[in-house]
Amino acid sequence: MPPRYQRIACLGGLYSNYLALESALSDIRARGVDQIFCLGDMGAFGPFPDRVFPLLHEHNVVCIQGNYDDSIGNALDDCQCGYTDPRDNYFAQISYDYTLENTSTENREFLNELPQQIQIQIGDLNVLLCHGSPRRVNEFLWQSTTSDAFLQRLFDENQCDAIIGTHTGIKWHRQISNQHFVNAGVLGRPENDGNTNVWYTIIESHESNLNVQFIPVAYDFRRLSREMKSEKLPDEFCETIETGWWTTCLEVLPQKERVAGIH
Amino acid sequence: MISNSDTPVIRIDHLDQLWFQVAGTRCNLECNHCFISCSPKNKSFGFLTLEFVEGHLQQAGELGVKEFYFTGGEPFLNPEMVDILITTLALGPATVLTNATVLQDDWLTRLSIAASASRYSLEFRVSIDGFDAETNDPIRGVGTFDRAIRGVQKLVKHGFLPIITAVQTWSDEDNLNVIQQFTKTLKSIGYDRPRIKILPTLQMGAEENRTHGYTQADRLTNDMMVGFDHSQLICHNSRIVTDRGVHVCPILIETPDSLLSDNIADSLVPFEMSHGACVTCYRYGAICSNPSNQFKETHIQKSNETV
Repeated sequence: MPPRYQRIACLGGLYSNYLALESALSDIRARGVDQIFCLGDMGAFGPFPDRVFPLLHEHNVVCIQGNYDDSIGNALDDCQCGYTDPRDNYFAQISYDYTLENTSTENREFLNELPQQIQIQIGDLNVLLCHGSPRRVNEFLWQSTTSDAFLQRLFDENQCDAIIGTHTGIKWHRQISNQHFVNAGVLGRPENDGNTNVWYTIIESHESNLNVQFIPVAYDFRRLSREMKSEKLPDEFCETIETGWWTTCLEVLPQKERVAGIH
Repeated sequence: MISNSDTPVIRIDHLDQLWFQVAGTRCNLECNHCFISCSPKNKSFGFLTLEFVEGHLQQAGELGVKEFYFTGGEPFLNPEMVDILITTLALGPATVLTNATVLQDDWLTRLSIAASASRYSLEFRVSIDGFDAETNDPIRGVGTFDRAIRGVQKLVKHGFLPIITAVQTWSDEDNLNVIQQFTKTLKSIGYDRPRIKILPTLQMGAEENRTHGYTQADRLTNDMMVGFDHSQLICHNSRIVTDRGVHVCPILIETPDSLLSDNIADSLVPFEMSHGACVTCYRYGAICSNPSNQFKETHIQKSNETV
């Protein structure tokens, strides 16, 4: 039987944002949960990739492997993020090369051993935790390009009541009858809405159903940006941290998500 | 079609995308690179009605489809096109491939309202094959550049961010310059964050006359598929509906073996990738999907520095 919980916290992509992770963990401890999960992509984008790992271990966070973790863990040539545009891939490669170079062997081994999916129960409901989608670790499931019919198929094929993922960088939740798809958002960078905060998600059992709550996380984003600059990470990344608007990885966005931003 | 024991067979993984040849082969333009030779007079494939499309939307929903695409010909020659898109947006995301030369403001007003009310994206892909009249019109026809640009302006005015698609009729070395020029042109007409997708030519239909067709050497083999990500091929996750039935992919509708069934469920069968066009899909990957394609590695850094 999968482990059973009443109330969990789900952290999406960390992208080396250890300052946001510290704030989120502190907030989660204050609110109280049975278990914290991280849905993968520990590295990317931010500075000093090794700094997230002690925090994850200290707080007994159960982690699954994202595409980035698979790449870093196996020292692959690229992040397998699934971008198709040359400009998006250009920036992704800068970030990946930096992260690979600055992740310790010990932490790479940790990433390499992570499972790609975890099954749990929340109350009486069967819940599948994954990174992109249950069928592909780097699948982008955007709110505006994922039909109810497709989600229903995922629920049926995986025999679960809820699927929780991340990967896109933008949180969303859809309930179909008594089944749920949740994108938990990410702690790594703001979600292209002009606000500097990032997000995690608390999910709890509630009267034979799930209650899904997205939690904003404020953190010292100016310090993160300073440290990114000191590490010579691209100015475009720092601009996103400081303004809350995405400047890279834009071409993969569908119309609705793209028009919500300014770039 | 060339078929032998070394021809790879692809099995569809799942119906992610359902396409509709919604305007058949009817188009108000007659581009000299069109891979199915669409024209004002080509009626070999007919319009699809709203009722016909609705039936297939329903079938596809039962199979867990993720997205819908509409192509032609020129989809907006179909008198029911606006209603078809509005109906589709109630069920899933929709993308329409248009030349943008016949778009009317009242249609776009209705579509903008429907798109805002829907949880799903409505994407417009606009075909323009050069960054000015001098480069576009020899391919798409006299005056088509100006008309398409006016269509793009209408789309932007109604809140859409159309994906401009251009078939690469220039050399690889000119890619960077062409994208720069496209960006400059589009920004100059008020489209300040243009989305641009470059497509490869398909050496069939009218393009076969403009340049050349596929040769016997342009065929996939089983060895080529070893280690290849099958999800890059549209036949791995899509089908297209025409007035004749359900075909394997939007590129091959004129080839007899592409017609797989008269209903979607029975069309999800293995397919022999025996056509020259299969090699183009193999080389470029995801040519029919919305995100822009990868260029050769050497172009990546340059494009960032200057685009």
